[in-house]
Amino acid sequence: MIEVRWHSRAGQGAVSGAKGLGDVVATTGKEVQAFALYGSAKRGAALRAYNRISDEQIFNHAKFMHPDFVLVIDPALAFTDNIEVNEKDETKYIITTHLSKEELIAGIPALAGKEDRVYVVDCIEISLSTIGRSMPNAPMLGAFVKISGMFELDYFLENMKRVLAKFPQKIIDANMEAITRAYNEVK
Amino acid sequence: MAVKYDLNEREVWDGNFAASQALRQAQVDVVVAYPITPSTPIVENYGSYVANGYIDGEFVMVESEHAAMSGCIGASASGGRVSTATSSQGFALMAEVLYQASGMRLPIVLNVVNRALASPLNVRGDHADMYLGRDSGWIQMGAFNAQEAYDLALCAFKIAENHDVRLPVMVHQDGFITSHTAQNVYPLTDEAAYNFVGDIVPVDDMLDFSRPVTYGAQTEEDWHFEHKAKQHKALMDSRPIIDEVYAEFEKLTGRKYNRVESYDMEDAEVVIVGLGTTVETARVAAKELREEKGIKAGVVAIRCFRPFPFDQVRDALEGAKAVAVTDRSSPGGAMGAFYNEVAAALYTTESRPLVTNFIYGLGGRDFSIEEAKRIFIEQKAHADAGHITTDIQQFSGLRGPHLGYFQTKRG
Repeated sequence: MIEVRWHSRAGQGAVSGAKGLGDVVATTGKEVQAFALYGSAKRGAALRAYNRISDEQIFNHAKFMHPDFVLVIDPALAFTDNIEVNEKDETKYIITTHLSKEELIAGIPALAGKEDRVYVVDCIEISLSTIGRSMPNAPMLGAFVKISGMFELDYFLENMKRVLAKFPQKIIDANMEAITRAYNEVK
Repeated sequence: MAVKYDLNEREVWDGNFAASQALRQAQVDVVVAYPITPSTPIVENYGSYVANGYIDGEFVMVESEHAAMSGCIGASASGGRVSTATSSQGFALMAEVLYQASGMRLPIVLNVVNRALASPLNVRGDHADMYLGRDSGWIQMGAFNAQEAYDLALCAFKIAENHDVRLPVMVHQDGFITSHTAQNVYPLTDEAAYNFVGDIVPVDDMLDFSRPVTYGAQTEEDWHFEHKAKQHKALMDSRPIIDEVYAEFEKLTGRKYNRVESYDMEDAEVVIVGLGTTVETARVAAKELREEKGIKAGVVAIRCFRPFPFDQVRDALEGAKAVAVTDRSSPGGAMGAFYNEVAAALYTTESRPLVTNFIYGLGGRDFSIEEAKRIFIEQKAHADAGHITTDIQQFSGLRGPHLGYFQTKRG
């Protein structure tokens, strides 16, 4: 079982990101779960979304998890939310930031000593310059594909095209570029 | 002629989407709705299927849930296949009309996405609304995940419209935990799904002008009691038909449903009895405890809450030593209602296991594997001691001081 926790603000697309990820993972024959913890959340409110991925049917319906991956798609939440809550020794962090990894870790005491499992990528900048607005979910998926090693990039892109099929071609192309750039730029 | 909807063999759907697809495949004629969180997408999607030509039906927006169920009654009495969805306050407002629907023996299918009742206002999942419907004369079935919300909605039409049943059916799923959680769902093809449900053959439909009928007649002390007794008998007599429909569904899909589900119960000594998604989380806990501590833990789940499977509950729990019955609804000054029903069934057994009551998960409070394990371990302590070692009723997962009531007089 692989468990993923997204830290996001309402409107940044973490719920769609989690569902999109679930959709693609399911095509590989795995069982997935994608859900979010929000109720009457207003745009901009902090929220968490979750994925579970398993070879067998997923019976656990709890929100509680010890995540294998923590995906932070809002730069400020890395500082203000408890992104390390219920972490394991192996938990990997992929964080949206314009800072270098060293600068980021220097600013967040909870990440001290975890250099080898913290990864940074500027999903905000990538989405602004590809999609044309701040939509950091798609680039985060590209970074996740790279760090998790769960798929080949091309396989993921092909399947995301299907997930996004209801959108105009221009938007699909921009998302593909965002995913590819983040895949190449995450470090 | 409806436009073809593209379906994959494996979809990733949440419970709401799954239920709406079942409505589409059953080719529901009329949905009368007043949408409410978290059930909104069920009727919203149906509306979009109608608007986009995927289904030849009518979507009627009304001014309240009371009007929604009233509209469903009119459409059903006219001979249509009818469904809607609601939750929480909407369910409460619908309550008066639920009794009308069942009393008129109309085969309406209501998708209930379970949510807490205010006050305080809360949009998240608990079973307060489901409990509110328990004496309404409807068949009530519970889904534990999105796949089941889809499967049971298809079964619901077939059960409701069976001429030996002719009762409305609710299909329950947990608000957000099922309704907004996307999971793998394996749908039937449109053709297979519709053939399973079949055409509706109305009884005494009001649009048959050659044979005028009256719905909603008045009966006082002369006949009311007989009508209500017949309705109760109809519910009780629906049990074998529900079993038949489940069996037919299994033949088609390989997915087997039972009015009472048992997991790891062959040799179980300590048991959690539950409803909804809790059942699946508890199953994980039982498996892990067996491996980690050798505790013989099992789970019994009620699939069919009404008619209540008194006999099957008793059979399922026959070998158990300690049983925790879990109520996800505020008990309002009593033992949990579900506890009372299970305890009453167990009182008529030889073994009379030790039965305790946990109130948990109100307003969407998380129910974790760890919590389920703690409940199992407490049951083990009761079993080892031969009597209940804690309060009989406890609140689990509550912040602040321990809250519990009543102690055993046995042992």
